[in-house]
Amino acid sequence: MYSRAYKSLVSLPPLLWVGIFLLLPYALMFAHSFWAVREGLVVHQWNLHNYKILFSNPLYAGVLFRTMRIAAAVTLCSLLLGYPLAYYLSFHAHARKELLYQLVIVPLWVSYLVRGYAWKTILGSDGILNGFLQYLHLTHEPVVFFLYSPFAVVLMLTHIYTPFAFLPIYAALEHIPRPLVEASHDLGAGSTQTFLRVILPLSMPGLLAGATFAFVLSLGDFLAPLLVGGPSGIMIANVVQTLFGAAFDWPLGATISVFILILTVSLLFLSELLEKRWSFK
Amino acid sequence: MTSSSPTRRAPLLATYAAFVFAFIYLPIVVLILYSFNRDGVGGFPPRHLTLNWYAQLFADAPIWDSVLNSLIVAASSVVLSLGLGLLAALALDRATFPGKALFRRLVLLPLILPGIITGLSLLMFAVFAGVHLSLLTVFLGHGTALISVATTELFAGLQKVDRAQEEASLDLGATPWQTFWRITLPNLKLSLIAAGLLIFTLSMDEIAVTFFLIGRDNTLPLQIWGRLRRGITPEINAVSTLIFAVSVALIVIWYRVRARGLGTQAQELLERP
Amino acid sequence: MSVSLANPTEQGTATEAALLEVRKVAKRFGTIDVLKNISLNIASGEFLTLLGESGSGKTTLLRLIAGFEQPSVGEIWMSGQRLDILPPYRRRVNTVFQNYALFPHLSVRDNIAYGLRVKNTSRSEMSSRVDEALRMVKMQDFAASRPSKLSGGQQQRVALARALINRPQLLLLDEPLSALDANLRKEMQGELKALQREVGITFLFVTHDQEEAMALSGRIALLRDGALEQVASPREIYAHPATAYAAQFIGQTNLLRGEIRDSIATCGALRWLLDETDGPVIFSLRPESIRICADGKRQTSEVKFRATVRQQFYGGPSELLEVDCGSGQMLRVRIPARGPLAGEHDFVFTLADAIRMKE
Repeated sequence: MYSRAYKSLVSLPPLLWVGIFLLLPYALMFAHSFWAVREGLVVHQWNLHNYKILFSNPLYAGVLFRTMRIAAAVTLCSLLLGYPLAYYLSFHAHARKELLYQLVIVPLWVSYLVRGYAWKTILGSDGILNGFLQYLHLTHEPVVFFLYSPFAVVLMLTHIYTPFAFLPIYAALEHIPRPLVEASHDLGAGSTQTFLRVILPLSMPGLLAGATFAFVLSLGDFLAPLLVGGPSGIMIANVVQTLFGAAFDWPLGATISVFILILTVSLLFLSELLEKRWSFK
Repeated sequence: MTSSSPTRRAPLLATYAAFVFAFIYLPIVVLILYSFNRDGVGGFPPRHLTLNWYAQLFADAPIWDSVLNSLIVAASSVVLSLGLGLLAALALDRATFPGKALFRRLVLLPLILPGIITGLSLLMFAVFAGVHLSLLTVFLGHGTALISVATTELFAGLQKVDRAQEEASLDLGATPWQTFWRITLPNLKLSLIAAGLLIFTLSMDEIAVTFFLIGRDNTLPLQIWGRLRRGITPEINAVSTLIFAVSVALIVIWYRVRARGLGTQAQELLERP
Repeated sequence: MSVSLANPTEQGTATEAALLEVRKVAKRFGTIDVLKNISLNIASGEFLTLLGESGSGKTTLLRLIAGFEQPSVGEIWMSGQRLDILPPYRRRVNTVFQNYALFPHLSVRDNIAYGLRVKNTSRSEMSSRVDEALRMVKMQDFAASRPSKLSGGQQQRVALARALINRPQLLLLDEPLSALDANLRKEMQGELKALQREVGITFLFVTHDQEEAMALSGRIALLRDGALEQVASPREIYAHPATAYAAQFIGQTNLLRGEIRDSIATCGALRWLLDETDGPVIFSLRPESIRICADGKRQTSEVKFRATVRQQFYGGPSELLEVDCGSGQMLRVRIPARGPLAGEHDFVFTLADAIRMKE
C-alpha cells in the first residue's frame, strides 16, 4: 500500500542519522580498543595488547567481579521488592490499582541524580539515618559504614531500578488471563499452588525482562559509586571513566567499554532467547 | 468485580507493598523535608522551617544559567528525537529494507545500554571529527540516544492505528502525503505528546551521556553534580524539590491531556447513532 | 419440528434427591441487580441448561455455583452441605470455561493431570487416570502437545477431560461451544450428550443459543433480566411457554395480541369463539401450526383466515412465509416446501395451538 518513495523517505533519514551518530561512534570505540597510546597520544597501531591487559591484570578482574556481584545483588533486591509489589497491584489492589500504579511510575520521573543525592544525605555519618538512630538513643556514635560502601551502592541502585523491574513484571501479570487463575482454583488448587503452578511460570518473561533491566543498567553505572560508593564501592564503569579522564588511556578504556557492550548485548540476546522459550502464545 | 474468595484479602502482602512504597518514597520525602530545614541537611528530626534555601537558590545565577542550558538542550532534543523517531517508527512499521532487524536493534540500543558507553563513543566520535565539546555535542548526544524512546512510543502508537483508515483515505482520493497529515499524524497525537514529554524529562535529567560530552556550559544535572563534589548543601535539596514539583506537574499535564483524549473519545462513542 | 405434549418422564421436576439447591439467591454488582431471588434445584444426573440472552445473569449464576463470586443474598447447597461458603478449590464442582482456559505453559497431559497433581495424587494413580481421561476424549495422540497447537474442538475435549478427571458431582459448562464453528458445534453437541450419559455426572450448561439448549438438555432454565422465566423440559417449554418472552425466545412464534369480549377472541383480522372471561389477551401461535387450506374448508376446531403472501424464505424441506392478514398484520407460516407462492390464500390453524399466555 505504501509507495517506494514513501518508504525511502521515511527510512533514509533515520538510517543515515543512526549510521553516523550511533553505528560510527560504536565502531570507533571498537577500533580504539585495538589501538595504543604513545607519549600521551592515541596511535592507530592495531594490536591486542589492551585485551591482554584486561584479562591478565587481576585489578580489572577484581573490579569486574565486584561489579557483577553488586549488579546481581541489585537485581535480586529489585526483584524481591518489585515482584510482590506487582503481584499485589495486579491481583489484590482492585479499585486502587490505577492510582498505585501511577505511584510506582512517578519516581521514574524524578532525577536519578536527585534520588542518589537524597540517599547520600540519609546515609552519611552526620546524615539523617544517623541522626534518627541517635535521636532514638539506639546509637551514640555516628555509624560510618552506611555511606561509602558497596552496601550503599546496592541500596541506591535498588531504589533506582525497582520500578524498572516492576514494570515488565506487572505487565506480564496483567496479561495472564484471569480465567486461568479461576480454572486453577476450580481444579482444586489454593492460592499458593495457583501462584507456583500458574502465575509464576506465566510471569517468567516479565521477570526475566525486569531482571535484565536491573542487571544491565547496574552493570554500567558509574555515578552511584561516585556518589555513595567510596573506594570500596568502585565499579567497572568508574575504571573506564578514570581511563578516559585522568589516566588518559583511551584505548584501554575503550577495550573495557567494548567488553561491557558485548556483555550487555549477550545478556540481552540470552534473555530474548529465554523469553521466547518461556512465552506460550 | 471478579473477586474470587482465595484472592480477596492478603494483609501480609499489602503490608509488604506498603513497605516497598515507603522505600521508594523515603528519599523523595526526606529530600523535600530537609529543603525547608534551617539547620541544613542532616540530624533528626528536622527543626525550624525556613525558606532561606529557596531564597539563596533564586539568587544563584550559575544554577539558573544551567537551567536555561538544560531547557535549550531538552527542547531541541525533543524536536530531533521526535522527528527521527517518527520516521524510524514509520520505517519499522511499513518499509522493508536490508538490515531492518539490525537497524531496529541499533536504534533501541541506547535505551538499555549503560549511558557511559553511548557517552564515550560519542566523545570519541566528536574528537575524531574535530568537534569541540559544547551544548551542541550534548544536544546531539541526547537527541540521538532518545530516538530510542521516541521510536518505541510511536511504533506502539502506529500499531494501534487502524490501517483501514489510511486505506479509506487513499480510496477517497487523498494522496499519500495528505493521508499522512490528515489521518496518520492525528492518530498519533497522544503518542507524540507522551513521547515528547518523556524525552523532555529524560533529557532534563540526563547525566551519564552528558558527563562526557559537556563543554564549558553546564546543564542543570552537571551543575548539581559539580556542587555535590564540594559537599552537601540544602540549596541542592531546594532545587531538587523544584525539579520534582515540575516533574509531577508534567505528569499531571500529561494525564489531563490523555484524560481529555479519553473524554472526547467517550463523547464520540456516546453521540454515535 | 413436531409439537406434542411433553413426555412426563422428561419433565423431571427435580424435587426428589436434589443434588444442588439454589435458595433465594440474589447478586448485586454495585447498583445493578444481576440476579434476583433465584431458586433452582438440580437433580443428580440431570442435564440442565441455563438459557438466556447476554446480561440475563446466567454466567453470574454459574460463577456463584463455581465459587468465583459470592451471593449477595441467599444460599447454595450441594448434597446436603452449604456450598456458597466454600472456596472454589474445596467444591466438588468443576468448570469447562468459555474459552477453555487451558494452561498455555502445560502440555495436554499436564493440563489434564492438574487437578490430581494439586491434590497430591500418587504418581501411578495419576498416570492411569490421565490415560483413561485422554482415551475418553480421544486425545491420546496429543498428550505431549501444547494447547496452542490444538484446534478449537481439541481444546474443548481437553478442557472436558481436565474437569471430568476430578470426578466432580457437578460439571459446569460456560458456553463451551460458542467458540466453535457451526459444523463442529453440532458434532460436539453429540459428543457432549454421549459423554454425559457415559459418565453420569450432572451437567449444568450455560448458553444463549436456544437451539443448542433444546437439542442437549433434559431441562431448560430460562433466565430473563436476572430472574427465572420458566424451568421445564424443552418439549414442555416449546409446547407450553409460560410467557410471551419464553414463547419468542424458544423457537419462532407469532404473538397475537388482542382481547376477549362476549366469548369472542379478536386479534386483528383473526376472530374465533373462546369461552373465557373478557379482557386483553396474548396468544402464541407457532408458524408450523398454521397450514394452507387448499379446499377452503375448515373443521369446527379450526380457525380460518385469508391472507396475502408477502415473502417466502426457502429452507430445504420446509419454507417460511410471511403473510399479511390485512391492515398490515403479519404472520409467519411454516409449510412443507412446495414451490413459489403468491397472492391470496386461505390458511387455518387448530384452536388448541393458539396458547394463551402471560406477558
